[in-house]
Amino acid sequence: MGFVVGLAVAGVLAGLYFYHHSRGARSNSVVLQHRVAPDFTLPLLESGQLRLSSYRGKVVLLDFWATWCVPCREETPHFVELQQKYGDQGLQIIGVSMDDSPDPVRTFVQQFRVNYPVVMGTADVGSAYGGVLGLPIAFLIDREGRIQAKHMGATDASVFEKGIASLLAQ
Amino acid sequence: MIIRRIAASVLIFVSSYAFSQATSIPTNRLINPEDLIKILQSGKEQPLVLQTGSHNLFLQAHIPGSEYVGAASTDTGLQQLRKRVDSLPRNKFIVLYCGCCPWSHCPNIKPADDAMHELGFTNVKVLYISDNFGTNWVDKGFPTAKGE
Repeated sequence: MGFVVGLAVAGVLAGLYFYHHSRGARSNSVVLQHRVAPDFTLPLLESGQLRLSSYRGKVVLLDFWATWCVPCREETPHFVELQQKYGDQGLQIIGVSMDDSPDPVRTFVQQFRVNYPVVMGTADVGSAYGGVLGLPIAFLIDREGRIQAKHMGATDASVFEKGIASLLAQ
Repeated sequence: MIIRRIAASVLIFVSSYAFSQATSIPTNRLINPEDLIKILQSGKEQPLVLQTGSHNLFLQAHIPGSEYVGAASTDTGLQQLRKRVDSLPRNKFIVLYCGCCPWSHCPNIKPADDAMHELGFTNVKVLYISDNFGTNWVDKGFPTAKGE
């Protein structure tokens, strides 16, 4: 009996959770869609530089995030799974941290076992993408470097996976 | 397997709400963007407007005249906030805002509000931004400034 009640409570909580998140999630695929993603070169978290255009030929999920952003934290494990699942097929997730300092980002990357490159973002790069004035924001970029979708706010992992699989198949 | 998934959902739900404290700020301490605009354009006593979120977001767009103090969900950000206001009279009109995330997910604004009240400030308002600064301020055509 207790188990059934517990299960029911958990179900209600989970339902509330997803309802709550869906209210904050919005998607705007119009802005910048089909335009070539603005190129940038930014320092990688540990060493070296990352140039976006060097990933032409791959499907890129460009994720603007921050360590203290709750929806960003929740999305990260899904991104790790997607990178693991589709990396061999040509997916490259790139994290652009909008944190003020790289220190908490390094800790976060270790804790969440992030398996894709993370760079420290700048206001200029944010502006080039139409303004990153809320987090998270993710852009899905096709193999030719064109933006195919923009997702603002908490977005269900299945939405990303569907878009990634579609672009990988092209 | 199903039990584990439900448990994971519950954990995420609980952890999410551990951060979702903005919703607990009393409504009488909130101010809407439209009302803040009226005050800023009134020529009357101007509040000190402080952004308590991301510097990169602040550099892209912020309320004219506002100052960046740091993400108040971090120790560094809270220290910078306390340092900025420490010498001010406790009845100083101050407006806090963030706009990094949807209101219910903002990790910065409640700690900032709490810190101000712990310091004894009595005339603090918190700007209610339901979605994010881009949607609820910039996209509405309200005045913005860029850079520092």
